[in-house]
Amino acid sequence: MDDLVQRFLNGERRALARVISRVENQTAEGREYLRALFPHSGKAHTIGVTGGAGAGKSTLTGALAAEYRRRGHTVGIVAVDPSSPFSHGAILGDRIRMQDLALDPGVYVRSMASRGALGGLAPTIDDVVSVMDAFGFDYVLIETVGAGQDEVEVAGTALTTILVNNPGTGDDIQAMKAGIIEIADVLVVNKADHPGADILVSQLQALLSLAPAGSRRPAIVKTTAIKGEGLDRVADAVAEHRQYLETSGQLAEQRGIDARHQVLAIARAILLERIRQGTPEAELNALVERVANRELDPHTAAEALAAAVTA
Amino acid sequence: MSAPTAAKIRVLIAKPGLDGHDRGAKVVARALRDGGCEVIYTGIRQTPQMIAEAALQEDVDVVGLSILSGAHLELFPRVVDELKSRGVDDVLLFCGGIIPEEDTRALEALGFKAIFRPGTNTQDIVKFVYEHVQK
Repeated sequence: MDDLVQRFLNGERRALARVISRVENQTAEGREYLRALFPHSGKAHTIGVTGGAGAGKSTLTGALAAEYRRRGHTVGIVAVDPSSPFSHGAILGDRIRMQDLALDPGVYVRSMASRGALGGLAPTIDDVVSVMDAFGFDYVLIETVGAGQDEVEVAGTALTTILVNNPGTGDDIQAMKAGIIEIADVLVVNKADHPGADILVSQLQALLSLAPAGSRRPAIVKTTAIKGEGLDRVADAVAEHRQYLETSGQLAEQRGIDARHQVLAIARAILLERIRQGTPEAELNALVERVANRELDPHTAAEALAAAVTA
Repeated sequence: MSAPTAAKIRVLIAKPGLDGHDRGAKVVARALRDGGCEVIYTGIRQTPQMIAEAALQEDVDVVGLSILSGAHLELFPRVVDELKSRGVDDVLLFCGGIIPEEDTRALEALGFKAIFRPGTNTQDIVKFVYEHVQK
């Protein structure tokens, strides 16, 4: 291994940038770097910011980072935008909303493309967050792809999940549906200067009151992120959640769950890769064709593929 | 086409200076996206320091600068200096916009490998990037 790890540990930002690329590209080198750096991670508080497209995630993420800077903390940001399902290219535009942080030496912003991952994040997000964490940022903020009702992966990557809502985007039944709202540790009502913000707050409160007794109720915070309003209360709500995780013993439990999830996800990816590598293209094509022609069901075909490499 | 998870060419498209005409930059960003690149677009009114810092943090392979104000000989050398001072000395540089022919040499001397003027076929820009960067 070259001196990149040493330069990384010395706090050189270019080394961080290089390591992230290797890790993101899933190279053998990247895995070596991760192995060396992973023991240095686990100190940062990780915060996921999720919500619909245009909800104000990037603006809120930038404004929250600015709030942490005012409080004397350093911040790493990983912002994910979607890859094209056709060209696999991407436009990564989250930095546009984070201009004020552009030259702050205590902030590092990295854009990531989702590279085919479902669930609002990227295939290597956990590794990239670990690398950011190992670099020594006090907070690592993870901004998801614009998420709808079911992109809940971020809860397994971040310790605190912030769900960004907007007024005027649906009735209270939307909020009652299962899915993304269940993963929120902090509920933000952003664009609170728009009509309907107070109605949304009371709808969310009514919804939370239906939760089983004894369960933790997420804080609801109104923000106008573009004006920097309400971010102090968001940071306070995150701190309160962190406190709760520590005193309730859930922090250790959560880390265990996340680690299990991470290991299984990687194992799944390795197995899939082995199946791909171990199956001649012609054989795969033949199987797929039989499925397309309805001669074989997809489960039997997949079993045949899996059996070939696990036998 | 490569697998979705495979390494991609990362391109920073940036607009230094004060002109707010970013249609050209957006068209180029979109063409590179459709060509399979990951394009970081930072918006208008970027200082040379902001562009260089974004290039460093995003670990891009390519930096494309768009300018229509006529200040390219003023701003581009500063972008190149800021990149160098951060040790970002191995990126492919190209530029586009309203850039007179007589400035071509000066920009080539700065390290710009191509200048794309109005009327350029965007496919030529995609081709240029893929010819110069291996992933």
